[in-house]
Amino acid sequence: MKICSIYFLLALCMWQTAQGRILHIGKSIYPFTNIKQALINSLPGDTLIIHKGVYKEGNIVINKPLTIIGDSMPTLDGDYRFEVLTIMGSHITISGLRIQHSGFAVLEDPGGIKIRNSSFVVISNNELVDNFFGVYVEYSTNILISHNHIEAHGIQEQSIGNGIHSWKSDSLQIIRNHIEGHRDGIYFEFVTHTLVWRNTAENNIRYGLHFMFSNDDNYFTNVFRNNGAGVAVMFSKRVNMRNNKFEKNWGSASYGLLLKEISDSDIEGNHFLYNTSAIFMEGTSRIRALRNNFVGNGWAMQVQASCLDNAINGNNFINNTFDIGTNGSVVLNNFDNNYWDKYTGYDLDKDHIGDVPFRPLSLFSVVVERNPSSMLLFRSFLVTLLDQSEKIFPTLTPENFMDKMPAMRAYPL
Amino acid sequence: MKKITGFVLIDIMRNRFVLIYTLLLGVMAWTVFNMEDSASKGLLTMLNVVLLITPLVSVLFATTYIYNSSEFIELLLSQPVRRSAIWISMFGGLSSSLVLSFLIAAGIPTLIYAPLNQALLLIFTGAIITIIFVALALLASIFTRDKAKGVGIAIMVWLYFALLFDSLILFLVFQFSDYPIETFMTVVTASSPIDLARIMNLIQMESSAMLGYTGAVFKKFFGGSWGLLLSALIMIVWATVPFLISLRIFNKKDL
Repeated sequence: MKICSIYFLLALCMWQTAQGRILHIGKSIYPFTNIKQALINSLPGDTLIIHKGVYKEGNIVINKPLTIIGDSMPTLDGDYRFEVLTIMGSHITISGLRIQHSGFAVLEDPGGIKIRNSSFVVISNNELVDNFFGVYVEYSTNILISHNHIEAHGIQEQSIGNGIHSWKSDSLQIIRNHIEGHRDGIYFEFVTHTLVWRNTAENNIRYGLHFMFSNDDNYFTNVFRNNGAGVAVMFSKRVNMRNNKFEKNWGSASYGLLLKEISDSDIEGNHFLYNTSAIFMEGTSRIRALRNNFVGNGWAMQVQASCLDNAINGNNFINNTFDIGTNGSVVLNNFDNNYWDKYTGYDLDKDHIGDVPFRPLSLFSVVVERNPSSMLLFRSFLVTLLDQSEKIFPTLTPENFMDKMPAMRAYPL
Repeated sequence: MKKITGFVLIDIMRNRFVLIYTLLLGVMAWTVFNMEDSASKGLLTMLNVVLLITPLVSVLFATTYIYNSSEFIELLLSQPVRRSAIWISMFGGLSSSLVLSFLIAAGIPTLIYAPLNQALLLIFTGAIITIIFVALALLASIFTRDKAKGVGIAIMVWLYFALLFDSLILFLVFQFSDYPIETFMTVVTASSPIDLARIMNLIQMESSAMLGYTGAVFKKFFGGSWGLLLSALIMIVWATVPFLISLRIFNKKDL
């Protein structure tokens, strides 16, 4: 039965390909010399092969099921005036093109590729260079964006768009893209049921990945390096964040992961390396942070007083200047079972759990949170002295803000 | 004057205390850079050394040295040399020997392990802090003939700059937290040599990002090349003014 169905599928595919013709576009020797002409002459299901060359044809609109493949990276140039490709339809594949120099317009937001009211679109193996927006998706479902190289050279936040921008869409898959130099690497607003997997976003001006009002999304195994801030998740629910690497998001207003008004989410198995503030939480609730590695950050976690019912368990806190910072005095989150390299307690019964609770809040981190100006005393002798005495007799820091079962050894993560 | 300076210098170099100080500082510097997993962390630890140990040693050693050589000074005064020449050569001998031992002990490993510009800044601040605290020690020891009292004053001076001044800043920051005091606080902080040295070094390091808004204000003030020049100038003022005051007192004092 299984084999039968595979044959059936194969036959179906063949039938599909048999349906379509192949149209070649290129210079002189090919039947079509420009893309627009080929599009007019194409029927749904056709394949267009674009051969090497530079095509400056203004805005190209694709609105029927077509497969467009580039042969040895043909260049589609928007001349800094046009949106290069506009896709409005379903079952469209774009692959192997270099798309560059889209126009700049604040009202229309032109992109290298804009996908509008579409479904089942594949954008793969393209190079999108120097566009206002890289790939812009709106009101679409079931879009696959994979293996693209998206690069821009933005200097100011206002003058550059996002690498992959999506608005009111559902079921996107964004896999293995490399995004560099845009405003946000990937931006979601009202996007649901989406997977972001194995992408690299680096040197973007604002965020590597930015969620707004986007529920039920997943992002796994991505690398966010050297962005204004790594990832910002705002006003969202049920976001799954696993195995990502947030590194070197370093600067005076930089975060590895910025959480604002988000709930019921998982942060698991991520690595936070050398960020100014690895996780900044504000108004978050019911988040599980499990088995993450915090190494060499300025602040490992800044938990604002508006956060509650979060469980931060089983993480490693190693070599951070401050492990935890908070501005509240009420303890509403659970910090048990973590490994803290600053822990100096003992373990008499040898169960690898420290017998004395650990207080991850240093006095100075509380002082700084209340009054940022006191950061002037950072690394001064006075601060070291105060921190030491506070460790022995907690006065300013909330007394029950502690890890009751600190791990003696770092977790192998 | 050259002769007296040389004499003081050689006398100090033979001093066991300075030898031990050099040795300890050297051992500490080498171990710090070998133990810490990154040069920037080692540099931070070295910064703590520069901000705490160097001034303490300088101020204590200089004060005790002045008291111990009071008879030598009196002997010199009976000779046909100008009073100011004696005092200047005491200052020169003390500060140059202590700076030399700092350079040998802490300077070499820092230069080897740390990035060049940060290392140079750290060495410069270490040297100038040594000189500043020698000057302060001269001022402390000229006030009283009682050795115990003089050493007490010296320790108080160190305590004030290392600890009390910072508490004062913390107090001010909290008292006036409702006002935009960043610029004012920057100026106040820069008025203490140890704090100025600390922040000068910190804003050149990676951890400057953590200083936040206040750090940005400070950076605007003291970050650029003009700012560096300005802070160096403030340090030099700190080194010269206490010394000049002590020189005036010494010139007029009936010993």
